[in-house]
Amino acid sequence: MTVSATPAIELAGLTRTYGERLALDGVSLALPAGATLALLGPNGAGKSTLLRVLATLLRPHAGRVRVLGRDLPRDGWAVRGRIGLLAHDPLLYRDLTARENLRFHAQLHRVAPGRVDALLDAVGMAPRADEPVRTLSRGMVQRVAVCRAVLHDPELLLLDEPGSHLDPAAAALVEPLIGRASGRTRVVVRHDPAGALAEADLVLGLRGGRVVLTAAGGRLDPAALAALYE
Amino acid sequence: MSTVGALLAKDLRAELRAKQSLPAMALFAIATFVVFHFGLDRARLDGDLAAGVLWVTLLLAALLGINRLFVAELEEGGFDGFLLAPVDRTAMLVAKATALFLYLAGLELVAVPAFALLLDPGLGRALPELLWLLLLADVGIAVVGTLVAALTVQGRARELLVPLLALPLLLPLLIAAARGTAPLLEAGGGSLPLRWPAVLGLYDMVFGLLSYAVFDFLLED
Amino acid sequence: MYGKGLRGLSIATVLTLVGAFALVFFYAPTDADQGVIQKIFYVHVPMAIVALCGFVFAAAMAIQHLRTGERRYDLRAYVAIHLSLILGIGTLISGSIWAKASWGHWWVWDEPTLVSFLIVVLLYACYQPLRFAIEDPEKQARYASVFAITAGAFVPLNFLAVRLAQAYTHPRVLGTTGGSMPGSMRLTFLVSVVGMALLFATLWKYELASKHTAQQLRALRARLTGDAAAPTVRSGQPALPAESTV
Repeated sequence: MTVSATPAIELAGLTRTYGERLALDGVSLALPAGATLALLGPNGAGKSTLLRVLATLLRPHAGRVRVLGRDLPRDGWAVRGRIGLLAHDPLLYRDLTARENLRFHAQLHRVAPGRVDALLDAVGMAPRADEPVRTLSRGMVQRVAVCRAVLHDPELLLLDEPGSHLDPAAAALVEPLIGRASGRTRVVVRHDPAGALAEADLVLGLRGGRVVLTAAGGRLDPAALAALYE
Repeated sequence: MSTVGALLAKDLRAELRAKQSLPAMALFAIATFVVFHFGLDRARLDGDLAAGVLWVTLLLAALLGINRLFVAELEEGGFDGFLLAPVDRTAMLVAKATALFLYLAGLELVAVPAFALLLDPGLGRALPELLWLLLLADVGIAVVGTLVAALTVQGRARELLVPLLALPLLLPLLIAAARGTAPLLEAGGGSLPLRWPAVLGLYDMVFGLLSYAVFDFLLED
Repeated sequence: MYGKGLRGLSIATVLTLVGAFALVFFYAPTDADQGVIQKIFYVHVPMAIVALCGFVFAAAMAIQHLRTGERRYDLRAYVAIHLSLILGIGTLISGSIWAKASWGHWWVWDEPTLVSFLIVVLLYACYQPLRFAIEDPEKQARYASVFAITAGAFVPLNFLAVRLAQAYTHPRVLGTTGGSMPGSMRLTFLVSVVGMALLFATLWKYELASKHTAQQLRALRARLTGDAAAPTVRSGQPALPAESTV
């Protein structure tokens, strides 16, 4: 993966409405390639919406969105295959096995089937790969979901609370794939400010769709942080 | 494997595993024939009565399949998973319509012999031309059914809206199919007037093109 | 913006309708067989024609909405369908009255236009429930547009199929628009159609202006009392985005 000079993400005044309400209100940020952005904020602040806009699943209603050097929504088709999303929904069919699910996604993304087996091994799911997803525990499902997110070797990872449902052992298994060490550009939604600071190059606090807090380089004003969540 | 092929294989595999749609449709059709027997108090049907019973039953059974067509995508994140892939989005329309077509063919493999058995309409001579009508009608039901399913799956009251939307939309198809079948099932046997397959063909073409044009708008956000 | 020209349009509508009324009762010939009740033809058929045009117009608005993404087209389609549905029901009622007076039955399956309208009304009656079933306003507008286009394509197919189905059984029972209409009938009929079309246009503009004003009022109120005060009420009506100028 080459690190290019153009920022991985550039947002200028991104706005998205939901009826008469503003889900995102003039969000602006720039994230260099290979860096990690942590998104903090109370429920309903717009974090998931922002993630979905970056994933090309939602279109902006106003403002500029540039992901991996391409404007959205116009060039969404060009970046779609280079973004990986890990959201609350694991996006796996419950009646199919883990292997069948991943093979299906591999077909959609034109990825060689061998990579499926390699990833299942990497997260320790090879023994249970041929049982329906319905029978797996939530932690196991999360591990398979991680495989799905990185199957096509995306340059940009969008992670919505990636550590949820994972015990420390499992978390260690997925870390090389979606953690800082993977070298990919990452946007991570987290609910623990300490953890966010530890691994992030840039931290943004969202509230009511607006950016109310910005921090870089591991320093965060405790008072501002408290105000974000009150 | 092409995108449509991958989607279709996934759907068929899930259907074989969970057996959600096809057995229900087939059982419903058989049960409905029994209901008609008792409701009409007849052991034998012919002509337009037989045609009507057959096609109404097939349509109502199709509704069951239409209801379930996109449910897995909705409940298990299939829409997002698909939208994240760098593929042509109309592939989902083609794949789902093909799947529904196959379910309908499977339904008819069971329902038509059941119909012949239970209500004795003298199907033998009529079979080749009836197969043509079934084929053309299945395409139309598959296309319109997929469109209605996509329109209703994300809202509330899906099970109510599907029949309310689908039945009026399918009425021209029902008219053409039933009127075409009726002379085939006459006591003396008759031939298929060409206008009815023509109407079915026109219906299939119009709704096929229309669905292809608008489907993208149903998927994007 | 929609209020412009509304007064002129309303006056023209009233004049034309009064003129049509006068022509119907004082100028057009009375049918020998059916008597005065035949004059319901001048209500029934114009309603039918304008309703059908309204549905096609709504489909055109819906296409524009999908093409440009501007929500005002969705609102225009919504109002057009709403009004056409009312006219469609009026067509059914007036047709039913005519059938009862001419043939003694409140409903006849032999009249293809009436039967086609029944199916069309059944379909468009689902437009509002479909809208109401989808919460996200933008998605609701898009899905409604897809429906309006599908239903618009359906209408001609439906008429064709029903007409073909009837051709075997009975000839047209209620002679509606025949090619051989005496001049006085033709004039009266034309004026009635124009009057009905003007009525549709006036009501359409009126309803749009009213909705637009209501929405501007809501937006003002929201701005004055703060965003939190604006309740998100679940609705099947199209809501225009906050900063739209319609």
